[in-house]
Amino acid sequence: MQLKPHARILAIALSLAFVAGCSSTGGGQDGDLTGSAGGADRDGVTTDSADGRGVSGERAGQRADADGRIPETRTIYFEYDSDAIRSEFESVLTAHARFLQNNPNASVVLQGHTDERGTREYNLALGERRAGAVERYLNVQGVSPSQVEVVSYGEERPAARGQNEDAYAQNRRVVFAY
Amino acid sequence: MNILKTTWLAAMLMLFTSLAQAADLTIEITRGSDRATPIAIVPFADGDDMPQDIAQIVSDDLERSGYFEPLERRAMFERPASSDEVRYGDWRALDVRYLVAGRISREGDEYRIQYELMDVSGESRMIAESVTAGRQGLRDAAHYISDQIFEEITDIRGAFSTRIAYVTSSGVGDETQYALHVADADGRNSQQILSSDEPIMSPAWSPDGGKLAYVSFETERPAIYIQDLASGRRVRATSFEGLNSAPTWSPDGRRLAMALSKDGQPEIYVMDIGSRDVQRVTNNSSIDTEPAWSPDGRSLLFTSDRSGGPQIYRLDLGSGEEERLTFTGNYNARARFAPDGEAIFLIHRGNNGYQVARQDLESGRLVALSDAGQAESPSVAPNGTMVIFATQQGGNGVLGGVSADGRASFRLPAAQGDVREPAWSPFLN
Repeated sequence: MQLKPHARILAIALSLAFVAGCSSTGGGQDGDLTGSAGGADRDGVTTDSADGRGVSGERAGQRADADGRIPETRTIYFEYDSDAIRSEFESVLTAHARFLQNNPNASVVLQGHTDERGTREYNLALGERRAGAVERYLNVQGVSPSQVEVVSYGEERPAARGQNEDAYAQNRRVVFAY
Repeated sequence: MNILKTTWLAAMLMLFTSLAQAADLTIEITRGSDRATPIAIVPFADGDDMPQDIAQIVSDDLERSGYFEPLERRAMFERPASSDEVRYGDWRALDVRYLVAGRISREGDEYRIQYELMDVSGESRMIAESVTAGRQGLRDAAHYISDQIFEEITDIRGAFSTRIAYVTSSGVGDETQYALHVADADGRNSQQILSSDEPIMSPAWSPDGGKLAYVSFETERPAIYIQDLASGRRVRATSFEGLNSAPTWSPDGRRLAMALSKDGQPEIYVMDIGSRDVQRVTNNSSIDTEPAWSPDGRSLLFTSDRSGGPQIYRLDLGSGEEERLTFTGNYNARARFAPDGEAIFLIHRGNNGYQVARQDLESGRLVALSDAGQAESPSVAPNGTMVIFATQQGGNGVLGGVSADGRASFRLPAAQGDVREPAWSPFLN
């Protein structure tokens, strides 16, 4: 669905404002926004690990207006050992697809995660497969591949601790990080 | 330029973190082997107060191996300091097969440790040796003595003077801190060599023991780094788009096998470390990851889910032929060769969860070694007698060890936080 012209201009303006806020708090030295593919040129070591923490860009600029707003729901969940998009999350993906199409300057990192069962490096590959399934879904909906990057964290960044199905279910996820 | 800056920052980080004393891991023997040989390691006569209890370190080493069952000290009703003072009949009565006695004298800043190993039934002396060490080298001296005793009795080279690398994490959610450590094989003398607020994974030793390759997410993307342990200097070896994961060194130290997804799904690649040329060695539409070199460097083990679930395959690097090795159960992953190349150690999922298992390559028979639980990341001692791995205890990640026959096991918990991904060093001496 297309926005009316004036709404669309507003959306682009807001998203540009968001992007600007993002790059200033994200610590990028060259104004580069949320990391182009590879991200290899960024300074290597996390200097903030020793002397205080940098503000992460994904927290910035979450509030915008009307159709320029990044969809509220930024995490979708998966069944065990599956990369299939659950039907209940299709509307979430559609909303993100619409946002990205309407804001061609916006980009998103799809962070793939698994629960802790199984080996770490295999889980890293499974997390990538999950995020890749979301990426394909967005692409099919018309989102430009240049706006989407996949980064898998495997089981390294759990959202919930614990050895139970409730924690596992919270950890099998893909996060939209704008 | 970027690399130089990175290196300098890394060095500063190391200086900073080395000031904070990293908590050592502490060995807990959880199961002794029923085939262990009884041995008595008599407390060494030392005169002064010693900063380290050498005989206790030796006793702990030998017990942890699963090959020996040290006699408790309170059962020793005599404490010979040399072979001259041994009354063999008394020790035979205690069913002790071997006896170690020693004495320590101080010469300036040096300690001179004289120890002897005796065969109780043969009433003969097997080793008499003198070892000199400074205060800081006393634990190393004790591990050296353990190595000598172990090899003399078992004909297997001791691996007590080796080290382990491992990853820790503490905190939850966005506040999680990750660190990479190196410690003695018994968990003591730990040093933090890297810290980050992004994940660190997959430490792997170079065959000369001088470097570690690992994966760090410090740029918010996974990249493979190689860090020199003595200098702290490091380089970023790969930062391709997608996965940069699971580095392992070839036996000649010149190549790294790794899993990359730059061309689509994860595949195995081999990088020439000198030229940085990367060559793809697997090619199919499923996940291929977790490579491991055979001891002769001619083939790679890897995990692939091309059959549906993860299974272990072997790739002959010369011919390019691939062969599936595991058929027991529907989850077998992250295999490592035994040093003799005749067996592999891997993670197997069965009725008891995820366990360390050993599969004999000739017979194909798979045997679970570790207790029921959530084992990960098996790493084999360079002499093939033990496997160290990551598991859970009370909701925290701890390191566990199990003998290659599964009969003996131990745990290496940390005082706080999670410990995981142990990597056993090669022989260092």
